[in-house]
Amino acid sequence: MSDLRSRTPAYGTPRFVSGSGPNAAPAMFTRLDTSVVSNWRWTIDWVLVTAMMVLVVFGFILILAAGPSAARRINVDTMHFVNRQILFILAAIVLMMGTSLLSLKWLRRMGALGFLGVLGVLALVPVLGSEIKGSTRWISLGSFALQPSEFAKPLFAIVCAWLFAAGKEYRRFPGDLVALGLLGVLGGMLILQPDFGMTMIVSAVFGVQFFLAGLSLFWVFCLVAAGCAGAYLAYLLIPHVNHRVNAFLDPASTDQYQITQSMRAFTEGGFLGRGPGEGRIKSLLPDAHTDFIYSVAGEEFGLLLCLLIAGLFLFIALRATWRLRGERDLFAILATGGLIALISFQALINMASSLSLIPTKGMTLPFISYGGSSTLATALAMGMLLALSRHRPHGDSP
Amino acid sequence: MNAFFRKRARPRLVGQGGDRLPGGPVSPGDRRQLPGPEERARPVAVGHARLRFMCLVLATLFAVVSWRLVDIMILAPETARGTANAAMARQMAEEPVRKRSDIVDRNGLVLATDLPTVNLFADTRGIPRPEIERAIAALPALFPELDPEKLRRDLYSQRAFVYIRHHLTPFEQKRVNDLGIPGLEFETAEKRVYPGGRALSHVVGTTNLDNRGSSGLENYFDRWLTTSDEPLVLSIDLRVQHITHRVLSESVKHFRAQGGSALVLDVATGEVMAMVSLPDFEPERNGSPADKERFNRATLGVYEMGSVFKVVNTAMALESGIPLGSYFDASAPLRIGGHSISDYKGKNRPLSIPEIMMYSSNIGSARMASRVGTTYQREFLRNLGLLEPVRIELPERGTPLVPNPWREISTLTVAFGHGLSITPLHLASAVSAVINGGVFIPPTLLKVQDRQAVQGTRVISERNSVIMRALMRLVVEAGSGKSAAVNGYYVGGKTGTADKQVGRGYARNSVLASFVAGFPMTAPRYVVLFTLDDPQPVQGTWGYRTAGWNAAPSTGRLIAEIAPLLGVAPSYFSPSGFFDESLIQEVGLKTLEPEGGPAR
Repeated sequence: MSDLRSRTPAYGTPRFVSGSGPNAAPAMFTRLDTSVVSNWRWTIDWVLVTAMMVLVVFGFILILAAGPSAARRINVDTMHFVNRQILFILAAIVLMMGTSLLSLKWLRRMGALGFLGVLGVLALVPVLGSEIKGSTRWISLGSFALQPSEFAKPLFAIVCAWLFAAGKEYRRFPGDLVALGLLGVLGGMLILQPDFGMTMIVSAVFGVQFFLAGLSLFWVFCLVAAGCAGAYLAYLLIPHVNHRVNAFLDPASTDQYQITQSMRAFTEGGFLGRGPGEGRIKSLLPDAHTDFIYSVAGEEFGLLLCLLIAGLFLFIALRATWRLRGERDLFAILATGGLIALISFQALINMASSLSLIPTKGMTLPFISYGGSSTLATALAMGMLLALSRHRPHGDSP
Repeated sequence: MNAFFRKRARPRLVGQGGDRLPGGPVSPGDRRQLPGPEERARPVAVGHARLRFMCLVLATLFAVVSWRLVDIMILAPETARGTANAAMARQMAEEPVRKRSDIVDRNGLVLATDLPTVNLFADTRGIPRPEIERAIAALPALFPELDPEKLRRDLYSQRAFVYIRHHLTPFEQKRVNDLGIPGLEFETAEKRVYPGGRALSHVVGTTNLDNRGSSGLENYFDRWLTTSDEPLVLSIDLRVQHITHRVLSESVKHFRAQGGSALVLDVATGEVMAMVSLPDFEPERNGSPADKERFNRATLGVYEMGSVFKVVNTAMALESGIPLGSYFDASAPLRIGGHSISDYKGKNRPLSIPEIMMYSSNIGSARMASRVGTTYQREFLRNLGLLEPVRIELPERGTPLVPNPWREISTLTVAFGHGLSITPLHLASAVSAVINGGVFIPPTLLKVQDRQAVQGTRVISERNSVIMRALMRLVVEAGSGKSAAVNGYYVGGKTGTADKQVGRGYARNSVLASFVAGFPMTAPRYVVLFTLDDPQPVQGTWGYRTAGWNAAPSTGRLIAEIAPLLGVAPSYFSPSGFFDESLIQEVGLKTLEPEGGPAR
């Protein structure tokens, strides 16, 4: 890291003092101290950090509500999910803060390296992976099942941002095509698992970034049309997609147990909810601790918390955008846009699913749902967002 | 938003005029083409604009979610509840509780009715694991017939709807509710109850778990029963049915028969007053009865009925014009085409028609049929409905096994009830036609409201019908049917002991013993057909298994019990008023009932 620090003083040109070294210790956390942590201290957006931490706290409270009943259902220790999620959350905070230390250059480098690594692991999943509920997405590490595709999402957003930006920067560099190729590789791997939800969200984020990178409106429409056609093809050709959509369009046609219970949960909750631990429907929802945790929030804590959670996600998106005003680095813009889209889309799909606004799609609610891979990957994305939203002198652009 | 729509500048080639980068002149060999500051700023501006646009879209989407939250949680929870209950409603709509009409006997006594109950089912996806274990422990204690292994499989099946048990009583429902296990739910149902019990198991039939008719009248009239508000009124008299069931059961038990059937028909209307087949089953019993028990011997089973068929044969001979006084040679077995027809306890002399009936001569009967001819025989049997499936309002209808081709030997054997297999109901309705004045009336299980309106087809003349009554009376007075006599009811009848067919041949020691009777023979009102499958010689039958020793006395006991209920007044007068003197002389009937009380 010392190498990193000496080459890229993140803030402050010209340098007033040589901030590194033991002699800087008394002046810790002053603007004169240009150590990595000190710089971070002054440049990070504490409002954004606070918003994210509030989400983490909500997630913790909700896993306390939904975890025990879910654990009882699968006949494990009552606090099984709660205990594990606490560990995940702690690791997530460390990962998030650690990631936010990265400068743009290192964010790019780590993003690219990480993406290649995840791609490698993804390729190994069919060999090493364990099959759960009909899909092979997980690699077991002891008692923890790692889902590499979760980490692929934010890392891919970083890589794409870099490629698109580089395509603009260097005329001869076909960034768009390389990004498209990578999307093909990643999408293919995800479809083979099969994980259509993940493929869908990765493609959507890619599309958003392509759009932000200045894709001409003609191609934007083409892309949207292609997306619609793809969705319709999936509806026609993939039986379970077809089933889900039909069930959504005509609720009376099939047994929609989860949605039925989920809607009941929201209805029972009302304005202030039934109170912590008073939820009844959560014990009837098989995925109350993951895909349907928003319903548990609705039943126990009511409309207020639901609106607060939705508001926090939107606030994070708006705040990160606001912090980027005046930014001259295209990579930062594209990366921020991609990460915002990733987190927001995931939250929106999860919420809309539990509210029966769209067909049911298994998607975790970032930072709220139970799950190690999901929580850590969200932390990675949030950490990257924090890194991107730090104040940078404009000269810092690479 | 200007930047939003700004097009990306076309790439410029190095070396074009005025293309200079801020870093100074670029050598033609430099492959990097760096845009100028303005060029660099353009995509950034577009990016910013579009990022802001994306935030607007995201804000809109979050607003939609928020509105939905407010809508279902505060504004219109009822609509949301409606959506939630749609699935449940669909299920209810798909399987409406099906009401069935009652089935009653001719006097209005209930034979089948609906009872509202509940079915216990489990939505196994909703039950937490420890609760499932609790249910597996507790439910078999409440319902001992539940198989714990099946229950375990069912409850862990993760299915949305698994029946645990049908038709719970309110008490049982409360016990299940008291368990407090989530996911155990009830659906309203209708249980069909049969107050008539076993006695009517083949007639009324059964319904399946969905309350649809699965056998008997329940099946035949399924549509009618589910659409009509009126009860289905049967011709059956519950009292007569019960007596018939009891007498047949005792008889089957006493003679260690494999089974049996009994029919009581009103000769004037074709109404079936009683119909019993044994073995039978408990219609409300859980689980399906064995095929053997379900089998209706009276309407579905086809048998070579044996000598009882001689009633039909004799009527045919008379109707064909053969005078009552004719004699037929029975001095030696009749040989034809390698077959030999002989008599049981033969007289070895020519016999008159009354003697052929009285002694049940196979040879005489065969010679009568031979004289009548195959064509006339087939036509006569067809008119009596004996060559086609039995006509009755049940899905269980037997089709006769008709000789094909109908050779001369068939004509001879059919004369004494072999070679043609028919159902007991076939025979009972044919005999009914023979003695009711000669009109064939198809049998029915429904009450005839207007007795005068009953239509039939004439098969024999009234005169011949009267002669047949006298001949059947003779069998009871002086022939093999003596044990069927009931004081005061002037019973007439005919025995039949048919060797049972086994494969292509006949069994040596296994018979179908039957007795067909009419009473009172002076003016017949009812026909009774009593059949025992493979009765054994028991104490008191002196080693015999023939019908005269088992079916005939049982028929007598039955008539003695049912005749008073059927409104048949006992009469101890001479039959002279009903049979003319010459007939009494010719047939050789006694002119007075023996002294004695009305019942045996």
